[in-house]
Order: sequence, then structure tokens, then C-alpha cells
Amino acid sequence: MNEIAWLTVFVLSVFVGIEVISKVSSTLHTPLMSGANAIHGVILLGAIIVTAHADGIALVVGLIAIVLATVNMVGGFVVTDRMLQMFTRRKAPAKPVNQDGAAA
Amino acid sequence: MSSIPTWAQLIYLICAVAFILALKGLSGPKTARAGNLIGAAAAVVACALPFFYLEDLQNVVPMLAAIAVGTVAGVVGARRVQMTQMPQMVALFNGVGGGAASLVALLELDEIGAGAPTFNLVATAFTIAVGAISFAGSAITFAKLQDLMTSRPVTFPGFPVAFGGSLIAVVVLSVLVVRDPTVGLGIAIGLVGLLVGVLLVLPVGGADVPIVISLLNAFTGLTVAAGGYVLSNTLLLVAGTLVGASGTFLTLLMASAMGRSVANILFGALKGGSTLGGGEASDRPVRSATPEDAAIMLAYADRVIIVPGYGLAVAQAQHALRELVDLLNERGGLVDYAIHPVAGRMPGHMNVLLAEAQVPYEELKEMDEINGEFKDADVVLVVGANDVVNPAAKTSPGAPIYGMPILNADQAKSVIFMKRSMRPGFAGIENELLFDERTQLLFGDAKDSMNKLLSAVKAL
Repeated sequence: MNEIAWLTVFVLSVFVGIEVISKVSSTLHTPLMSGANAIHGVILLGAIIVTAHADGIALVVGLIAIVLATVNMVGGFVVTDRMLQMFTRRKAPAKPVNQDGAAA
Repeated sequence: MSSIPTWAQLIYLICAVAFILALKGLSGPKTARAGNLIGAAAAVVACALPFFYLEDLQNVVPMLAAIAVGTVAGVVGARRVQMTQMPQMVALFNGVGGGAASLVALLELDEIGAGAPTFNLVATAFTIAVGAISFAGSAITFAKLQDLMTSRPVTFPGFPVAFGGSLIAVVVLSVLVVRDPTVGLGIAIGLVGLLVGVLLVLPVGGADVPIVISLLNAFTGLTVAAGGYVLSNTLLLVAGTLVGASGTFLTLLMASAMGRSVANILFGALKGGSTLGGGEASDRPVRSATPEDAAIMLAYADRVIIVPGYGLAVAQAQHALRELVDLLNERGGLVDYAIHPVAGRMPGHMNVLLAEAQVPYEELKEMDEINGEFKDADVVLVVGANDVVNPAAKTSPGAPIYGMPILNADQAKSVIFMKRSMRPGFAGIENELLFDERTQLLFGDAKDSMNKLLSAVKAL
């Protein structure tokens, strides 16, 4: 791909990135930030590509990068899911919870 | 790595679309969880691909072992973290991502070496520098939020010179690395980048740190995008750019919810004076109430509005609060929670914390929705919040929170403040509402006071 094609993809992605989250309510700011954070953990892909042919010190550095990127990606998605789980769980049992709440 | 087979490129394209759908899903309450899972699935597929298309693949076992270590660390961290500590957890995950991007670019610099196209080298230098900034900046935000260091803005004489100097050093080193692409220079860029990251976050006050997390998140996104360009990987470019753009936009949204500009948040402390509040307890007289007094006020009120803040969650009093609200509802009072957009330590954080205590979604009212109702409220119960009801945001142009939209608790007929002490809030400024004649203070640990209040209401 030439430079202009890369630039085109970049610029269009900027607009898409802004557009898709432009209507987010402040309720979801924290999970959204956390989810976006997890998505950039896909740098793991880059870490794998550069480590696949590395040796010596480069191999060690590459493996460190893989560990860090995996923590970012896996941890990010898991923690986001944990947050969102709470949002969805309360919908169904919202009413019953009110009654046994006093006993709990 | 220049030749990615067509089938793999197509799968990358699908993953890129999945990331867009993931962000789209995450911005709506009904679709958020599905969105996150789509993103996770796409990320896993994308990271598995190189194992299938890379030729003469080496180091498979150590790489899989490293992934296993990272997975265990990530899952354990994500499972164990308390909801109150969510902001620093996001900062931590963001920081390690930035660090990883920086290391990847460093290795790439080693590989492409001399003769690489200029723009590739520029992108590599950018990734090393900004990844390091994100890593070090996130480490400082983590330390500030985890109380490992003061949450007050930190500056020192000559700070602007040091910050400006290190920024210039990064640019100069980047120019040098483009002319002479050696790993030594790359490492130097990374080290100075770490310094820039530290200096960037030090002068930011505790209340503003979440905005910085969001900004650093966008930074890491951009480094991943630049890394994608260097590695000729469109998926990394698209994913990184999406996060960079949406993260920047989210940062601006959050800043405007606080009535601040991003520049003011980052560099306000450097202008000196007003941003640094006194931070000390005041000796002015206040009216303090017993739990029994407060119970009577609440139990016989027709309209009660609860203003929850971070202190509520720190004390783990949200469950007792929900019980109290249930009790008041049973007695016939109309009770709502007023949620300030930046309640807690991150926008939307309070909603997560109350959701954990299974507070029904319908009782949570956003600021714009409820601000007109405060004047009709008989009692406003402020639990562990301070800055979000501080009238100084409307009345004192010099205050650091001036211009931030606040909850109109000062318009209510009476206010009960549950506070641990007279220390000012996160923003470090005194709250006039505490000294108002309609205000009663209930001192003590929020959970302790809440339980006393609960049994006092039950006894009525």
C-alpha cells in the first residue's frame, strides 16, 4: 500500500472513531474508556510479529512486550465485562431486589 | 512480514469492522456488554492469526508462555480489583499497553535499521516516545489514585523549563534517529519519553486525573496506529486510530462535563495560585446532627434526593444506603439519587458503584434531569460527595472548579452532609454549603453513620 492509501485509512478511521461514540451517555463513560483501552491491547499482534523472528536480547524484550500487551488486552476486556455485568444484571431483578433488600 | 496472505488480510478486515461495532455497542446501555465481547473475540482472533500465516515461525513456545503469563496476570487483576479502584486499574492496563507498543517499535527499529523510508522511521520514533509517555504517565496516575503519592498537583521551580526541555529533547532525538536509525538512539527516545510522561501528569490535581487517563488512553491508541503503519498491518492502524480518535473525543466530553478545558487541566497548576486549594480543615462553626436527628428529618420528608460520592463507595456504604432508601420508599417518601456526571473518580463511575449495590436503574437521575427538582426537595442527603455540590463552582471565579456544572443541593430546604471530617474534597477547596444554616453535618465513617441512620429510621 502506498502512503496515500495509509493516510486515507487513517483519516477515515478518525471520523469513524468519533462518530461511533458521539452519542454515548455519561453513564457509560467509564466502561467505554475501559473497553477502548482493551482494544488497543491488540498491539499484542504487533508484539507477536516482531518476536517471532527475534533472538538474544531482542527475544527477551519481545517476550516482555507480549506479556505487557496481553495484560492490557485480556485484563481490559475482563474488567470491562465485569463492570457491564452489573449494568445488565439489575434490569430483570430490579423489583424483587427491593423486597428482599431489607432482609439482606 | 510485508506479505500478509490475502485470506489473513480479509480476516483482519473483519476484525477491524468488529472493533468499530464494539465501540458502537459500548456507547449504548443495552448493547454495551455484547459490544465488549465482540471486541474481545476480534482481538483474540487477530492475535492468533500470525501463528498461522508467518513463515518459518520461531519462538512459539516462549511466546505462548508469555501470553499465558499475561493472561493470568490480566484476569487475576481484573477479577480482584474493587469497583472503587477501577480508575487506577484502567490506568494500569493502559500503561502496560503503551509500554508494549514502545518496546515493539524499539525492536522494529532494530530490524528495519538504516535505509528504511523516512516516514517509517518517524512513525517508529513517535511510537517509542508516545508509548513511553503513556507508560510513565499512567504509572504516575496510578500512584496518585492509589494514594501511593500525594494527589495534589506537584510542581517545582523551573518546571516549565524541565518539561519544555524534555519535549524538545524527544523531538531532537527523533530527528537524529531518522538520520541515523540505531537502537541506542531509540532507547534514548524511550527514556526521555518516560521523563515527559512523569512531568506531564505530576502537575495534575487528583480530581482531574481521570481526564488524564482518558487522554493517555488516546495516546496509546495513536502509538498502536503508528506501530501498525510501521509493521504494515492495517488492523493495528485502524484499531489504534479508532481508540485514538474516540479517546480524544471522550476526553473532551469529560472535560466539558467538568467545565474545564484539557489545557487547563494539564497545565493549570503551572500558572500557580488558584488551582492549589488550601487543603486544610477549617475552624468555622458548623451545625452537626446526631443520627437520630437526621433519621427524623429523612423519615418525615416527602421528597428526598441522595447525592452519592466517592466517599460512599470507599466506605462500602452503598448497600446500607440502598436499604435506607428502600425503607424511606416504604414509608411513602419519594427518593431519587442525583448522579453528577463526574461523581466517583471517573465519569460514570458512580453508576457502576451503585449498580454493584443493585440500586434500580430508574432511581438514578442524571444531573440535567434532576437539577430543577432540588428546590422542591425537603432533604438532600449528601454522602461522601463534596465538590459536586460546591456552590463555589457558580460563585467564585477564582476556584479551580469554577464553571463546573454542579448539583443544586444549595436550593433544597435542608441538607444533611455525611462527612468523615472537615477536610475539603478532592479538588481541595472549601465548600460554603457546609456552613449554610440549612445544613446539618453527620460526622463519621460513611458506613458506620449509614448503619446508625438506618437503625434510627427503623426505630421510628
